[in-house]
Amino acid sequence: MTFSEEQIVRYSRHIILQNVGGKGQEKLLRSKVLVIGAGGLGSPISLYLAAAGVGTLGIADADRVDLSNLQRQILHFTPDVGNLKVESAREKLEQLNPDVNIRIYNQRVTADNIAELIRDYDFIVEGTDNFPSKFLVNDACVFYDKPFSQGGILRFDGQTMTHIPGSACYRCVFESPPPKGVVPSCSEAGVLGAVAGILGTIQAAETLKALLGVGELLVDKVLYINVLSMDFSTISIARNPECAVCGENPTITQLREYEQPACELEVPEAAR
Amino acid sequence: MILTINGKEETVDGSDLTVTELLQAKAISMPDMVSVQLNGKILKRDTFDTAFVRANDHVNFLYFMGGG
Repeated sequence: MTFSEEQIVRYSRHIILQNVGGKGQEKLLRSKVLVIGAGGLGSPISLYLAAAGVGTLGIADADRVDLSNLQRQILHFTPDVGNLKVESAREKLEQLNPDVNIRIYNQRVTADNIAELIRDYDFIVEGTDNFPSKFLVNDACVFYDKPFSQGGILRFDGQTMTHIPGSACYRCVFESPPPKGVVPSCSEAGVLGAVAGILGTIQAAETLKALLGVGELLVDKVLYINVLSMDFSTISIARNPECAVCGENPTITQLREYEQPACELEVPEAAR
Repeated sequence: MILTINGKEETVDGSDLTVTELLQAKAISMPDMVSVQLNGKILKRDTFDTAFVRANDHVNFLYFMGGG
């Protein structure tokens, strides 16, 4: 691959960077990453990956931009309210870096479509707003040997881990989604917008490290951040032999979804 | 008894508490939103009432976060 003059300038800070260089930049330009969720986490994730020159960037989301999203979902602007998030994402990302081939999927991930969605990608980034999707993305990535970065946020806190084939998965730590009714959603409990920025940016950095093959990933570890104390702490975890999806006697042998309303879609009983 | 909870040494009243009792003692408001790692091993939720935490054990609470 030879860089155009524009690319040499655009990626100059990568090209001069130890551990990236021209070879690393080539790797990024040849990489394919799927970002699931174009919200609070998906915004910084996809902006940084597009800026970095990840060659093919898939964005999956079924929602439209809501005014209440703009406090943290920095990919979407006020004139985008009412538009599909994936269309809004494509417009911004193409403007940011025309080198990147943006593929959009205006759909929620389901047990029926996820295998097809992730198949063509080298790395998956999970930034969804609900547990059924988080568990589904985990299970699918474990089944199909896809490395992925998982992230969650709430209030002033964030949590993230990276999985590569053979390492501990999300379900090794979290057996199954918490029961309905006890889950505080972002729409009920709130979230500081900047938490999404910090955590999503960590996920973007993990993705780039994984693609480049540099550094140590958050593999067999869970990172927790709290911005009130500005504490960042990692907890070491191991692959769980009792894990229902990657353990010694897996009980989940085919993909299925849990039923639970999505974070932003939660409607009070009385309003139904 | 002294426990190391999420990396910090803490004194907890009582000894040989079950995990459920420890969650109560620590006033964890939503125990359904937390996984518990005891001395490096993630516990199955259905053992919270029968698994014991003893002096000098290392306990980590890992919270679920569903937002994105």
